[in-house]
Amino acid sequence: MTHSRTTPAARTDSTQGTHDDQDRGNAPAQDAQDHAHTGSRAAEDTHSTHSTHGTHTGQSPSGTAPTSSLDDVRRHLTAHLDPAALTWLEHALDEAAAHPGVHGPISVWELRLAEAGRRCGAVYADAARVLILDAARAGTDALTRVYFQGTADERRAVLHALHHLVSGPGALPLVEDALRTNDTRLLTAAVGPYAARHLDPHDWRHAVLKCLFTGVPVDHVADLPRRARGDGELARMLGDYATERTAAGRTVPRTCTASWT
Amino acid sequence: MRIFDPHIHMTSRTTDDYEAMYAAGVRAVVEPSFWLGQPRTSPASFRDYFDSLLGWEPFRAAQYGIAHHCTIALNPKEANDPRCVPVLDELPRYLVKDNVVAVGEVGYDSMTPAEDTALAAQLQLAADHGLPALVHTPHRDKLAGLRRTLDVVRESALPPERVLVDHLNETTVKEAKDSGCWLGFSVYPDTKMDEERMVAILRAYGTEQVLVNSAADWGKSDPLKTRKVGDLMLAEGFGEDDVDQVLWRNPVAFYRLSGRLSLDVTGTQATHEGNSILRGVPKDPREPETGPAAPARVPATEA
Repeated sequence: MTHSRTTPAARTDSTQGTHDDQDRGNAPAQDAQDHAHTGSRAAEDTHSTHSTHGTHTGQSPSGTAPTSSLDDVRRHLTAHLDPAALTWLEHALDEAAAHPGVHGPISVWELRLAEAGRRCGAVYADAARVLILDAARAGTDALTRVYFQGTADERRAVLHALHHLVSGPGALPLVEDALRTNDTRLLTAAVGPYAARHLDPHDWRHAVLKCLFTGVPVDHVADLPRRARGDGELARMLGDYATERTAAGRTVPRTCTASWT
Repeated sequence: MRIFDPHIHMTSRTTDDYEAMYAAGVRAVVEPSFWLGQPRTSPASFRDYFDSLLGWEPFRAAQYGIAHHCTIALNPKEANDPRCVPVLDELPRYLVKDNVVAVGEVGYDSMTPAEDTALAAQLQLAADHGLPALVHTPHRDKLAGLRRTLDVVRESALPPERVLVDHLNETTVKEAKDSGCWLGFSVYPDTKMDEERMVAILRAYGTEQVLVNSAADWGKSDPLKTRKVGDLMLAEGFGEDDVDQVLWRNPVAFYRLSGRLSLDVTGTQATHEGNSILRGVPKDPREPETGPAAPARVPATEA
Protein backbone atom coordinates (compact mmCIF):
# COMPACT_ATOMS: atom_id res chain seq x y z
CA MET A 1 0.00 0.00 0.00
CA THR A 2 2.80 2.17 -0.11
CA HIS A 3 5.12 1.27 -2.68
CA SER A 4 3.02 1.89 -5.68
CA ARG A 5 5.12 -0.26 -7.85
CA THR A 6 3.40 -3.50 -8.37
CA THR A 7 -0.21 -4.32 -8.22
CA PRO A 8 -3.37 -2.48 -9.00
CA ALA A 9 -4.45 -2.72 -5.40
CA ALA A 10 -1.28 -1.07 -4.29
CA ARG A 11 -1.85 1.75 -6.69
CA THR A 12 -5.45 2.09 -5.62
CA ASP A 13 -4.36 2.51 -2.07
CA SER A 14 -1.81 5.11 -2.91
CA THR A 15 -4.19 7.12 -5.03
CA GLN A 16 -6.76 7.11 -2.30
CA GLY A 17 -4.23 8.62 -0.01
CA THR A 18 -5.88 7.39 3.11
CA HIS A 19 -2.88 5.88 4.84
CA ASP A 20 -0.78 8.86 5.43
CA ASP A 21 1.52 7.44 7.98
CA GLN A 22 3.28 5.53 5.25
CA ASP A 23 4.54 8.61 3.59
CA ARG A 24 7.94 8.73 2.06
CA GLY A 25 10.60 8.70 4.65
CA ASN A 26 8.48 7.45 7.47
CA ALA A 27 10.78 5.48 9.68
CA PRO A 28 9.90 1.94 10.56
CA ALA A 29 9.10 1.21 14.12
CA GLN A 30 12.14 0.32 16.08
CA ASP A 31 10.09 -1.31 18.73
CA ALA A 32 7.56 -3.45 17.03
CA GLN A 33 5.43 -3.88 20.09
CA ASP A 34 4.67 -0.20 20.31
CA HIS A 35 3.00 -0.44 16.98
CA ALA A 36 1.13 -3.64 17.33
CA HIS A 37 -2.17 -1.84 16.86
CA THR A 38 -1.01 -0.45 13.54
CA GLY A 39 -0.82 -3.88 12.07
CA SER A 40 -4.39 -4.78 12.72
CA ARG A 41 -5.60 -1.41 11.56
CA ALA A 42 -3.57 -1.77 8.39
CA ALA A 43 -5.13 -5.12 7.76
CA GLU A 44 -8.61 -3.69 8.19
CA ASP A 45 -7.84 -0.80 5.91
CA THR A 46 -6.49 -3.09 3.28
CA HIS A 47 -9.53 -5.26 3.51
CA SER A 48 -11.89 -2.37 3.16
CA THR A 49 -10.07 -1.03 0.14
CA HIS A 50 -10.02 -4.45 -1.33
CA SER A 51 -13.71 -5.02 -0.98
CA THR A 52 -14.54 -1.60 -2.33
CA HIS A 53 -12.72 -2.15 -5.54
CA GLY A 54 -13.17 -5.83 -6.05
CA THR A 55 -10.32 -8.21 -6.14
CA HIS A 56 -7.30 -7.77 -8.30
CA THR A 57 -5.77 -11.04 -7.53
CA GLY A 58 -7.93 -14.03 -7.31
CA GLN A 59 -11.63 -13.59 -7.91
CA SER A 60 -12.17 -14.70 -4.35
CA PRO A 61 -15.58 -13.00 -4.25
CA SER A 62 -16.77 -15.93 -6.30
CA GLY A 63 -16.97 -17.95 -3.16
CA THR A 64 -13.48 -19.21 -2.64
CA ALA A 65 -12.65 -17.11 0.38
CA PRO A 66 -10.55 -19.15 2.77
CA THR A 67 -13.33 -19.38 5.30
CA SER A 68 -15.92 -20.65 2.84
CA SER A 69 -16.92 -24.26 3.12
CA LEU A 70 -17.49 -26.13 -0.10
CA ASP A 71 -21.21 -26.06 0.66
CA ASP A 72 -21.00 -22.27 0.85
CA VAL A 73 -19.20 -22.20 -2.47
CA ARG A 74 -21.87 -24.36 -4.08
CA ARG A 75 -24.69 -22.24 -2.68
CA HIS A 76 -22.96 -19.09 -3.89
CA LEU A 77 -22.66 -20.38 -7.43
CA THR A 78 -26.19 -21.73 -7.46
CA ALA A 79 -27.42 -18.29 -6.52
CA HIS A 80 -25.30 -16.34 -8.99
CA LEU A 81 -24.55 -18.37 -12.12
CA ASP A 82 -26.79 -17.83 -15.10
CA PRO A 83 -28.98 -20.82 -15.95
CA ALA A 84 -26.85 -22.14 -18.82
CA ALA A 85 -23.67 -21.96 -16.77
CA LEU A 86 -25.34 -23.58 -13.79
CA THR A 87 -26.65 -26.42 -15.94
CA TRP A 88 -23.16 -26.91 -17.35
CA LEU A 89 -21.61 -26.90 -13.88
CA GLU A 90 -24.09 -29.37 -12.42
CA HIS A 91 -23.47 -31.70 -15.33
CA ALA A 92 -19.71 -31.29 -14.92
CA LEU A 93 -19.94 -32.10 -11.20
CA ASP A 94 -22.06 -35.18 -11.87
CA GLU A 95 -19.56 -36.38 -14.47
CA ALA A 96 -16.64 -35.79 -12.16
CA ALA A 97 -18.34 -37.65 -9.34
CA ALA A 98 -19.19 -40.57 -11.62
CA HIS A 99 -15.77 -40.75 -13.30
CA PRO A 100 -13.04 -39.60 -10.95
CA GLY A 101 -9.45 -40.64 -11.45
CA VAL A 102 -7.41 -40.93 -14.62
CA HIS A 103 -9.07 -42.00 -17.88
CA GLY A 104 -7.15 -41.82 -21.14
CA PRO A 105 -4.95 -38.88 -22.02
CA ILE A 106 -7.29 -36.36 -20.41
CA SER A 107 -10.02 -37.37 -17.96
CA VAL A 108 -13.38 -35.78 -18.56
CA TRP A 109 -13.25 -33.87 -15.28
CA GLU A 110 -9.92 -32.40 -16.34
CA LEU A 111 -11.51 -31.18 -19.56
CA ARG A 112 -14.27 -29.58 -17.53
CA LEU A 113 -11.65 -28.01 -15.29
CA ALA A 114 -9.94 -26.48 -18.34
CA GLU A 115 -13.12 -25.01 -19.83
CA ALA A 116 -14.70 -23.73 -16.62
CA GLY A 117 -13.65 -20.16 -17.33
CA ARG A 118 -15.47 -19.84 -20.62
CA ARG A 119 -18.48 -21.77 -19.32
CA CYS A 120 -18.98 -20.00 -15.99
CA GLY A 121 -17.25 -16.66 -16.59
CA ALA A 122 -13.98 -15.45 -15.12
CA VAL A 123 -15.54 -14.22 -11.90
CA TYR A 124 -16.92 -17.65 -10.97
CA ALA A 125 -14.24 -19.84 -12.54
CA ASP A 126 -12.19 -20.30 -9.38
CA ALA A 127 -15.17 -21.50 -7.41
CA ALA A 128 -16.43 -23.76 -10.19
CA ARG A 129 -13.01 -25.35 -10.53
CA VAL A 130 -12.70 -25.95 -6.80
CA LEU A 131 -16.05 -27.75 -6.86
CA ILE A 132 -15.00 -29.87 -9.85
CA LEU A 133 -11.79 -30.87 -8.07
CA ASP A 134 -13.82 -31.82 -5.02
CA ALA A 135 -16.38 -33.76 -7.04
CA ALA A 136 -13.56 -35.69 -8.72
CA ARG A 137 -12.16 -36.44 -5.27
CA ALA A 138 -8.79 -35.14 -6.48
CA GLY A 139 -5.99 -36.09 -4.10
CA THR A 140 -2.43 -34.92 -3.98
CA ASP A 141 -1.34 -36.78 -7.13
CA ALA A 142 -4.23 -35.55 -9.24
CA LEU A 143 -3.95 -32.00 -7.91
CA THR A 144 -0.23 -32.01 -8.66
CA ARG A 145 -0.84 -33.17 -12.22
CA VAL A 146 -3.55 -30.65 -13.02
CA TYR A 147 -1.59 -27.85 -11.35
CA PHE A 148 1.50 -28.43 -13.46
CA GLN A 149 -0.54 -28.97 -16.61
CA GLY A 150 -2.77 -26.00 -15.88
CA THR A 151 -3.03 -22.40 -16.96
CA ALA A 152 -2.42 -19.76 -14.33
CA ASP A 153 -6.17 -19.71 -13.69
CA GLU A 154 -6.30 -23.48 -13.17
CA ARG A 155 -3.25 -23.38 -10.92
CA ARG A 156 -4.90 -20.71 -8.82
CA ALA A 157 -8.00 -22.86 -8.40
CA VAL A 158 -5.89 -25.83 -7.32
CA LEU A 159 -4.22 -23.66 -4.69
CA HIS A 160 -7.64 -22.54 -3.43
CA ALA A 161 -8.72 -26.17 -3.19
CA LEU A 162 -5.78 -27.48 -1.20
CA HIS A 163 -7.07 -26.89 2.30
CA HIS A 164 -10.37 -28.54 1.38
CA LEU A 165 -8.88 -31.61 -0.26
CA VAL A 166 -5.46 -32.36 1.20
CA SER A 167 -4.91 -33.05 4.85
CA GLY A 168 -1.15 -33.59 5.01
CA PRO A 169 1.82 -31.60 3.71
CA GLY A 170 2.11 -33.58 0.44
CA ALA A 171 0.91 -30.72 -1.75
CA LEU A 172 3.44 -28.23 -0.42
CA PRO A 173 5.49 -28.37 -3.66
CA LEU A 174 2.57 -26.69 -5.40
CA VAL A 175 2.54 -23.87 -2.87
CA GLU A 176 6.29 -23.54 -3.16
CA ASP A 177 6.05 -23.40 -6.94
CA ALA A 178 3.47 -20.64 -6.77
CA LEU A 179 5.53 -18.69 -4.28
CA ARG A 180 8.46 -18.73 -6.71
CA THR A 181 6.39 -16.88 -9.32
CA ASN A 182 5.87 -13.14 -9.55
CA ASP A 183 2.24 -13.56 -10.57
CA THR A 184 0.37 -11.83 -7.75
CA ARG A 185 -2.78 -13.85 -8.45
CA LEU A 186 -0.87 -17.05 -7.77
CA LEU A 187 0.91 -15.59 -4.76
CA THR A 188 -2.40 -14.55 -3.26
CA ALA A 189 -3.83 -18.02 -3.69
CA ALA A 190 -0.67 -19.63 -2.36
CA VAL A 191 -0.79 -17.95 1.06
CA GLY A 192 -4.15 -19.46 1.99
CA PRO A 193 -5.07 -21.78 4.85
CA TYR A 194 -3.06 -24.70 3.46
CA ALA A 195 0.15 -22.66 3.59
CA ALA A 196 -0.73 -21.40 7.06
CA ARG A 197 -1.12 -24.98 8.19
CA HIS A 198 1.91 -26.57 6.56
CA LEU A 199 4.60 -24.14 5.41
CA ASP A 200 7.67 -24.29 7.60
CA PRO A 201 8.61 -21.09 9.42
CA HIS A 202 11.35 -20.02 7.03
CA ASP A 203 9.26 -20.44 3.90
CA TRP A 204 6.24 -18.88 5.55
CA ARG A 205 8.18 -15.77 6.57
CA HIS A 206 9.50 -15.40 3.04
CA ALA A 207 5.96 -15.76 1.72
CA VAL A 208 4.81 -12.89 3.94
CA LEU A 209 7.74 -10.76 2.87
CA LYS A 210 7.13 -11.55 -0.79
CA CYS A 211 3.53 -10.41 -0.43
CA LEU A 212 4.79 -7.06 0.82
CA PHE A 213 7.41 -6.99 -1.89
CA THR A 214 4.97 -7.58 -4.73
CA GLY A 215 2.06 -5.59 -3.35
CA VAL A 216 -0.21 -8.49 -2.39
CA PRO A 217 -2.30 -7.19 0.52
CA VAL A 218 -1.26 -9.10 3.61
CA ASP A 219 -4.85 -9.66 4.63
CA HIS A 220 -4.70 -12.46 2.07
CA VAL A 221 -2.18 -14.27 4.25
CA ALA A 222 -4.27 -16.82 6.10
CA ASP A 223 -3.92 -17.02 9.84
CA LEU A 224 -1.38 -14.21 9.84
CA PRO A 225 -1.92 -12.91 13.39
CA ARG A 226 -1.62 -16.35 14.95
CA ARG A 227 1.47 -17.46 13.05
CA ALA A 228 3.20 -14.11 13.38
CA ARG A 229 2.63 -13.82 17.10
CA GLY A 230 5.93 -14.08 18.89
CA ASP A 231 7.85 -14.54 15.64
CA GLY A 232 10.89 -12.40 16.33
CA GLU A 233 12.58 -13.46 13.10
CA LEU A 234 9.65 -12.23 11.03
CA ALA A 235 9.69 -8.95 12.94
CA ARG A 236 13.40 -8.60 12.18
CA MET A 237 12.87 -9.31 8.48
CA LEU A 238 10.07 -6.77 8.23
CA GLY A 239 12.17 -4.22 10.09
CA ASP A 240 15.11 -4.77 7.76
CA TYR A 241 12.83 -4.46 4.76
CA ALA A 242 11.50 -1.17 6.12
CA THR A 243 15.05 0.05 6.66
CA GLU A 244 15.98 -0.84 3.10
CA ARG A 245 12.93 0.97 1.74
CA THR A 246 13.70 4.02 3.82
CA ALA A 247 17.34 4.05 2.75
CA ALA A 248 16.20 4.09 -0.86
CA GLY A 249 13.85 6.98 -0.20
CA ARG A 250 10.82 4.80 -0.79
CA THR A 251 7.65 4.52 1.19
CA VAL A 252 7.30 1.82 3.79
CA PRO A 253 4.33 -0.53 3.87
CA ARG A 254 2.47 0.19 7.05
CA THR A 255 2.41 -3.50 7.78
CA CYS A 256 6.15 -3.24 8.23
CA THR A 257 5.67 -0.76 11.00
CA ALA A 258 3.66 -3.29 12.90
CA SER A 259 4.25 -6.61 14.46
CA TRP A 260 2.19 -9.27 16.03
CA THR A 261 4.74 -10.04 18.70
CA MET B 1 -9.01 4.32 -31.80
CA ARG B 2 -9.40 0.87 -30.28
CA ILE B 3 -6.95 -1.71 -31.54
CA PHE B 4 -6.79 -5.49 -31.42
CA ASP B 5 -3.40 -6.75 -32.62
CA PRO B 6 -4.26 -10.23 -33.89
CA HIS B 7 -0.65 -11.40 -34.22
CA ILE B 8 2.13 -10.19 -31.94
CA HIS B 9 4.82 -12.08 -30.03
CA MET B 10 4.75 -10.24 -26.73
CA THR B 11 7.08 -12.74 -25.07
CA SER B 12 9.81 -11.01 -27.06
CA ARG B 13 8.75 -7.49 -26.12
CA THR B 14 9.36 -5.23 -23.15
CA THR B 15 7.01 -3.64 -20.66
CA ASP B 16 7.77 -0.31 -22.37
CA ASP B 17 6.10 -1.79 -25.43
CA TYR B 18 3.01 -2.74 -23.43
CA GLU B 19 2.81 0.80 -22.09
CA ALA B 20 3.24 2.37 -25.53
CA MET B 21 0.72 -0.04 -27.05
CA TYR B 22 -1.88 0.86 -24.44
CA ALA B 23 -1.25 4.55 -25.04
CA ALA B 24 -1.72 3.96 -28.79
CA GLY B 25 -5.09 2.29 -28.22
CA VAL B 26 -4.21 -1.41 -28.12
CA ARG B 27 -6.61 -3.18 -25.77
CA ALA B 28 -6.29 -6.79 -26.91
CA VAL B 29 -3.65 -9.00 -28.48
CA VAL B 30 -3.34 -12.56 -29.70
CA GLU B 31 0.09 -14.12 -29.35
CA PRO B 32 0.62 -17.03 -31.74
CA SER B 33 3.15 -19.62 -30.70
CA PHE B 34 6.10 -19.63 -33.05
CA TRP B 35 9.81 -20.32 -33.02
CA LEU B 36 12.11 -18.40 -30.75
CA GLY B 37 14.99 -17.60 -33.05
CA GLN B 38 17.06 -20.21 -31.24
CA PRO B 39 15.85 -23.68 -32.23
CA ARG B 40 14.20 -25.80 -29.56
CA THR B 41 15.48 -29.31 -29.02
CA SER B 42 12.64 -31.07 -27.23
CA PRO B 43 8.92 -31.02 -26.49
CA ALA B 44 9.74 -29.91 -22.95
CA SER B 45 10.80 -26.46 -24.10
CA PHE B 46 7.55 -26.18 -26.07
CA ARG B 47 5.63 -27.01 -22.89
CA ASP B 48 7.36 -24.29 -20.93
CA TYR B 49 6.67 -21.85 -23.74
CA PHE B 50 3.00 -22.80 -24.00
CA ASP B 51 2.67 -22.57 -20.22
CA SER B 52 4.12 -19.08 -20.37
CA LEU B 53 1.58 -18.09 -23.03
CA LEU B 54 -1.15 -19.35 -20.70
CA GLY B 55 0.33 -18.02 -17.49
CA TRP B 56 2.89 -15.28 -17.15
CA GLU B 57 2.27 -13.40 -20.40
CA PRO B 58 -1.48 -12.81 -19.88
CA PHE B 59 -0.66 -11.63 -16.37
CA ARG B 60 1.96 -9.25 -17.71
CA ALA B 61 -0.44 -7.92 -20.35
CA ALA B 62 -3.20 -7.45 -17.80
CA GLN B 63 -0.95 -5.18 -15.76
CA TYR B 64 -1.06 -2.83 -18.73
CA GLY B 65 -4.79 -3.11 -19.36
CA ILE B 66 -4.44 -5.40 -22.39
CA ALA B 67 -6.36 -8.65 -22.85
CA HIS B 68 -4.03 -11.44 -23.97
CA HIS B 69 -4.99 -14.64 -25.75
CA CYS B 70 -2.82 -17.11 -27.61
CA THR B 71 -2.78 -19.66 -30.37
CA ILE B 72 -1.00 -22.96 -29.88
CA ALA B 73 0.78 -25.11 -32.46
CA LEU B 74 3.99 -26.66 -33.67
CA ASN B 75 5.35 -23.93 -35.95
CA PRO B 76 6.28 -24.73 -39.58
CA LYS B 77 10.02 -24.31 -39.17
CA GLU B 78 10.35 -26.71 -36.23
CA ALA B 79 7.95 -29.16 -37.80
CA ASN B 80 11.04 -30.23 -39.73
CA ASP B 81 12.99 -31.19 -36.61
CA PRO B 82 12.25 -34.76 -35.52
CA ARG B 83 13.24 -33.83 -31.96
CA CYS B 84 10.34 -31.38 -31.83
CA VAL B 85 7.61 -33.22 -33.72
CA PRO B 86 6.45 -35.32 -30.70
CA VAL B 87 4.98 -32.12 -29.25
CA LEU B 88 2.08 -32.72 -31.66
CA ASP B 89 0.90 -35.45 -29.29
CA GLU B 90 0.72 -32.95 -26.43
CA LEU B 91 -1.24 -30.28 -28.26
CA PRO B 92 -4.71 -31.66 -27.44
CA ARG B 93 -4.38 -30.93 -23.74
CA TYR B 94 -3.42 -27.33 -24.55
CA LEU B 95 -6.13 -26.81 -27.14
CA VAL B 96 -8.86 -27.17 -24.50
CA LYS B 97 -7.59 -24.23 -22.43
CA ASP B 98 -9.71 -21.13 -21.98
CA ASN B 99 -7.24 -18.63 -23.42
CA VAL B 100 -6.47 -20.59 -26.60
CA VAL B 101 -8.44 -18.97 -29.41
CA ALA B 102 -6.96 -20.76 -32.44
CA VAL B 103 -4.51 -23.37 -33.63
CA GLY B 104 -1.45 -21.55 -34.97
CA GLU B 105 0.88 -20.54 -36.39
CA VAL B 106 0.73 -23.49 -38.72
CA GLY B 107 1.63 -23.47 -42.40
CA TYR B 108 4.68 -23.66 -44.61
CA ASP B 109 8.23 -22.49 -44.24
CA SER B 110 10.20 -24.49 -46.82
CA MET B 111 7.31 -26.63 -48.08
CA THR B 112 8.72 -29.99 -47.03
CA PRO B 113 6.87 -33.27 -46.58
CA ALA B 114 7.26 -32.87 -42.81
CA GLU B 115 5.51 -29.50 -43.04
CA ASP B 116 2.74 -31.08 -45.12
CA THR B 117 2.14 -33.62 -42.39
CA ALA B 118 2.21 -31.12 -39.52
CA LEU B 119 -0.09 -28.67 -41.31
CA ALA B 120 -2.70 -31.27 -42.17
CA ALA B 121 -2.60 -32.83 -38.71
CA GLN B 122 -3.00 -29.48 -36.98
CA LEU B 123 -5.87 -28.31 -39.22
CA GLN B 124 -7.59 -31.51 -38.16
CA LEU B 125 -6.84 -30.71 -34.52
CA ALA B 126 -8.45 -27.31 -35.02
CA ALA B 127 -11.57 -28.93 -36.42
CA ASP B 128 -11.64 -31.45 -33.58
CA HIS B 129 -11.41 -28.73 -30.93
CA GLY B 130 -13.84 -26.25 -32.44
CA LEU B 131 -11.03 -23.78 -33.05
CA PRO B 132 -10.19 -21.64 -36.07
CA ALA B 133 -6.67 -21.77 -37.48
CA LEU B 134 -4.04 -19.10 -38.01
CA VAL B 135 -2.01 -20.08 -41.05
CA HIS B 136 1.37 -18.53 -41.74
CA THR B 137 2.27 -18.21 -45.41
CA PRO B 138 5.92 -18.62 -46.34
CA HIS B 139 8.28 -15.74 -46.88
CA ARG B 140 10.16 -17.48 -49.67
CA ASP B 141 8.38 -18.71 -52.81
CA LYS B 142 5.32 -17.01 -51.44
CA LEU B 143 2.70 -17.39 -54.16
CA ALA B 144 3.44 -21.07 -54.67
CA GLY B 145 3.34 -21.43 -50.90
CA LEU B 146 -0.02 -19.74 -50.68
CA ARG B 147 -1.48 -22.00 -53.38
CA ARG B 148 -0.21 -25.10 -51.65
CA THR B 149 -1.55 -23.78 -48.34
CA LEU B 150 -5.00 -23.20 -49.79
CA ASP B 151 -4.98 -26.68 -51.32
CA VAL B 152 -4.33 -28.21 -47.91
CA VAL B 153 -7.04 -26.04 -46.35
CA ARG B 154 -9.53 -27.19 -49.00
CA GLU B 155 -8.71 -30.81 -48.25
CA SER B 156 -9.07 -30.28 -44.51
CA ALA B 157 -12.10 -30.56 -42.27
CA LEU B 158 -11.88 -26.85 -41.56
CA PRO B 159 -14.04 -24.55 -43.71
CA PRO B 160 -12.21 -21.53 -45.15
CA GLU B 161 -14.27 -19.12 -43.06
CA ARG B 162 -12.51 -20.56 -40.01
CA VAL B 163 -9.03 -19.99 -41.45
CA LEU B 164 -6.92 -16.83 -41.33
CA VAL B 165 -4.06 -16.80 -43.86
CA ASP B 166 -1.42 -14.40 -42.70
CA HIS B 167 1.55 -12.44 -44.03
CA LEU B 168 -0.25 -11.71 -47.29
CA ASN B 169 0.90 -9.09 -49.78
CA GLU B 170 0.06 -7.75 -53.23
CA THR B 171 1.03 -11.01 -54.91
CA THR B 172 -1.12 -13.26 -52.75
CA VAL B 173 -4.11 -11.21 -51.65
CA LYS B 174 -6.37 -11.94 -54.60
CA GLU B 175 -6.16 -15.72 -54.47
CA ALA B 176 -6.42 -15.67 -50.71
CA LYS B 177 -9.56 -13.53 -50.88
CA ASP B 178 -11.09 -15.74 -53.53
CA SER B 179 -10.60 -18.74 -51.24
CA GLY B 180 -12.99 -17.35 -48.63
CA CYS B 181 -10.36 -17.30 -45.89
CA TRP B 182 -9.77 -14.33 -43.59
CA LEU B 183 -6.92 -12.12 -44.78
CA GLY B 184 -4.03 -11.20 -42.50
CA PHE B 185 -1.36 -8.60 -43.25
CA SER B 186 1.80 -8.05 -41.20
CA VAL B 187 3.12 -4.52 -41.30
CA TYR B 188 6.84 -4.22 -40.68
CA PRO B 189 9.47 -1.49 -40.76
CA ASP B 190 11.39 -2.95 -43.70
CA THR B 191 10.03 -6.29 -44.82
CA LYS B 192 6.54 -7.74 -45.32
CA MET B 193 3.98 -4.90 -45.73
CA ASP B 194 4.27 -1.20 -44.95
CA GLU B 195 1.54 1.30 -44.08
CA GLU B 196 1.24 2.86 -47.53
CA ARG B 197 0.98 -0.48 -49.34
CA MET B 198 -1.48 -1.69 -46.70
CA VAL B 199 -3.78 1.27 -47.31
CA ALA B 200 -3.55 0.69 -51.06
CA ILE B 201 -4.61 -2.93 -50.59
CA LEU B 202 -7.51 -1.87 -48.39
CA ARG B 203 -8.58 0.56 -51.10
CA ALA B 204 -8.38 -2.12 -53.78
CA TYR B 205 -9.85 -5.07 -51.89
CA GLY B 206 -12.01 -3.47 -49.20
CA THR B 207 -12.02 -3.85 -45.44
CA GLU B 208 -14.09 -7.00 -45.14
CA GLN B 209 -12.38 -9.95 -43.44
CA VAL B 210 -9.08 -8.04 -43.41
CA LEU B 211 -6.90 -8.12 -40.29
CA VAL B 212 -3.79 -5.99 -39.82
CA ASN B 213 -1.09 -6.99 -37.37
CA SER B 214 2.36 -5.90 -36.31
CA ALA B 215 3.68 -9.47 -35.95
CA ALA B 216 6.23 -7.79 -33.69
CA ASP B 217 8.79 -10.21 -32.31
CA TRP B 218 12.51 -10.31 -31.51
CA GLY B 219 13.50 -9.07 -34.97
CA LYS B 220 13.27 -5.55 -36.32
CA SER B 221 9.59 -4.84 -35.91
CA ASP B 222 7.25 -2.26 -34.40
CA PRO B 223 4.35 -3.04 -32.05
CA LEU B 224 2.71 0.27 -32.97
CA LYS B 225 2.35 -0.51 -36.67
CA THR B 226 -1.34 -1.24 -36.20
CA ARG B 227 -1.93 2.29 -34.96
CA LYS B 228 0.16 3.72 -37.78
CA VAL B 229 -1.99 1.91 -40.34
CA GLY B 230 -5.11 3.29 -38.64
CA ASP B 231 -3.72 6.82 -38.72
CA LEU B 232 -2.79 6.54 -42.39
CA MET B 233 -6.21 5.11 -43.26
CA LEU B 234 -7.83 8.19 -41.73
CA ALA B 235 -5.40 10.52 -43.49
CA GLU B 236 -6.12 8.81 -46.79
CA GLY B 237 -9.86 9.21 -46.54
CA PHE B 238 -11.11 6.08 -44.80
CA GLY B 239 -13.69 6.68 -42.10
CA GLU B 240 -13.39 5.88 -38.42
CA ASP B 241 -15.81 3.01 -38.87
CA ASP B 242 -13.52 1.48 -41.50
CA VAL B 243 -10.59 1.74 -39.13
CA ASP B 244 -12.61 0.19 -36.32
CA GLN B 245 -13.66 -2.66 -38.57
CA VAL B 246 -10.10 -3.50 -39.60
CA LEU B 247 -8.35 -2.90 -36.29
CA TRP B 248 -11.03 -4.14 -33.89
CA ARG B 249 -14.19 -5.75 -35.21
CA ASN B 250 -12.57 -8.07 -37.75
CA PRO B 251 -10.07 -9.63 -35.33
CA VAL B 252 -12.77 -9.88 -32.68
CA ALA B 253 -15.07 -11.64 -35.16
CA PHE B 254 -12.38 -14.06 -36.30
CA TYR B 255 -11.14 -15.10 -32.88
CA ARG B 256 -14.66 -15.17 -31.47
CA LEU B 257 -15.17 -18.20 -33.71
CA SER B 258 -13.36 -20.04 -30.90
CA GLY B 259 -16.12 -19.21 -28.41
CA ARG B 260 -13.33 -18.35 -25.97
CA LEU B 261 -12.55 -14.69 -26.51
CA SER B 262 -12.85 -12.76 -23.26
CA LEU B 263 -12.05 -9.10 -23.68
CA ASP B 264 -12.44 -8.09 -20.07
CA VAL B 265 -9.04 -7.76 -18.53
CA THR B 266 -9.66 -9.82 -15.46
CA GLY B 267 -7.51 -9.35 -12.47
CA THR B 268 -7.01 -5.65 -12.91
CA GLN B 269 -10.31 -4.25 -11.77
CA ALA B 270 -8.62 -1.99 -9.28
CA THR B 271 -6.57 -0.39 -12.02
CA HIS B 272 -9.29 -0.04 -14.52
CA GLU B 273 -12.18 0.31 -12.13
CA GLY B 274 -14.20 -2.32 -13.86
CA ASN B 275 -13.94 -0.56 -17.18
CA SER B 276 -14.66 -3.23 -19.73
CA ILE B 277 -12.85 -3.18 -23.02
CA LEU B 278 -16.02 -4.43 -24.62
CA ARG B 279 -17.90 -1.28 -23.75
CA GLY B 280 -17.23 0.87 -26.73
CA VAL B 281 -14.29 3.11 -27.33
CA PRO B 282 -11.71 2.96 -24.60
CA LYS B 283 -10.82 5.81 -22.37
CA ASP B 284 -8.01 8.18 -23.16
CA PRO B 285 -4.53 6.81 -22.94
CA ARG B 286 -3.74 6.17 -19.35
CA GLU B 287 -1.33 8.28 -17.42
CA PRO B 288 1.86 6.48 -16.59
CA GLU B 289 0.44 5.84 -13.16
CA THR B 290 1.51 7.98 -10.28
CA GLY B 291 3.91 10.25 -12.05
CA PRO B 292 7.31 10.27 -13.57
CA ALA B 293 8.83 8.38 -10.67
CA ALA B 294 6.34 5.52 -10.92
CA PRO B 295 8.19 2.28 -11.21
CA ALA B 296 7.32 -0.63 -13.42
CA ARG B 297 4.14 -2.43 -12.55
CA VAL B 298 5.23 -5.97 -13.03
CA PRO B 299 7.35 -7.10 -10.15
CA ALA B 300 10.80 -7.01 -11.62
CA THR B 301 12.42 -7.57 -8.34
CA GLU B 302 13.21 -11.22 -8.53
CA ALA B 303 13.51 -11.85 -12.20
